[in-house]
Amino acid sequence: MQAAIESRRRPPWTVLAVGGELDVVGAPALRQAVVAAVSAGGTRLILDLTGVDFIDSFGIGAVVGALKRVRQRDGELALVCPAPRVRRVFELCDLDRILTLHNSIDSVGAPGVGHSAEPGS
Amino acid sequence: MSGRAGSDRVVIEIPARTEFVSFVRVVLTGAAEIEPGMDSERIEDLRVAVSEATTNAVEAHLNAGCEQRVRVEGSLADDEVVVAVRDEGPGFDPEDLPELPPPESPERLLYESGLGIPLMRVLADESEIRSGAGGTDVRLVVYSSGRRK
Repeated sequence: MQAAIESRRRPPWTVLAVGGELDVVGAPALRQAVVAAVSAGGTRLILDLTGVDFIDSFGIGAVVGALKRVRQRDGELALVCPAPRVRRVFELCDLDRILTLHNSIDSVGAPGVGHSAEPGS
Repeated sequence: MSGRAGSDRVVIEIPARTEFVSFVRVVLTGAAEIEPGMDSERIEDLRVAVSEATTNAVEAHLNAGCEQRVRVEGSLADDEVVVAVRDEGPGFDPEDLPELPPPESPERLLYESGLGIPLMRVLADESEIRSGAGGTDVRLVVYSSGRRK
């Protein structure tokens, strides 16, 4: 199943709201959306995974790729991930050590307040 | 695709197309949900582990140009689900996988792939990969939550 991705602005953030399954089929759409958003200057990025039903290593890889791309431009990534089944996969991959998993988009504050740890910190 | 092959066994053969991976997930987790001992968390573990194993098998066929079907078999019992995934790809050395840097390392962001097998091994209570020139067999066992305690 293809992932459905909707992009919108929530200044200063760009929000990519993702639905569906982030697997080998769905993850490429997220990668493409991230590349498009960052290329358009959206380096403060919220990935809203509230609508994600399933994630495996391909989806995790796409999120790691998003983190890499925003950091290459001194940007920031915030992750909204309320579903326990999705959170658990991030936790098993230890990515909760460098990414804060927000329960809702309203809990994402201003950039620079601990959405993701800097590498090497 | 064949249907149920025995009272406690589900056998699926899929074309080597990534679009069929979600179908395998649905069938095997749907079958596991019939077993009263498998609670929702264990079903979710099974769902991800099966996805990883099946995706690897499909990609092995695609990368090798192999037109054979990928075979997935699930054996259901009260206290466990055993999944066997068989591909006819070129094989690999399961002990020779790159070790991922810790998440806090800047180099970690260079690894957008390579998480599938480690994740599969963490999620399954037992995992075995036998691989050679003739293909790869993956065997996963997911216990019921009661058996884990």
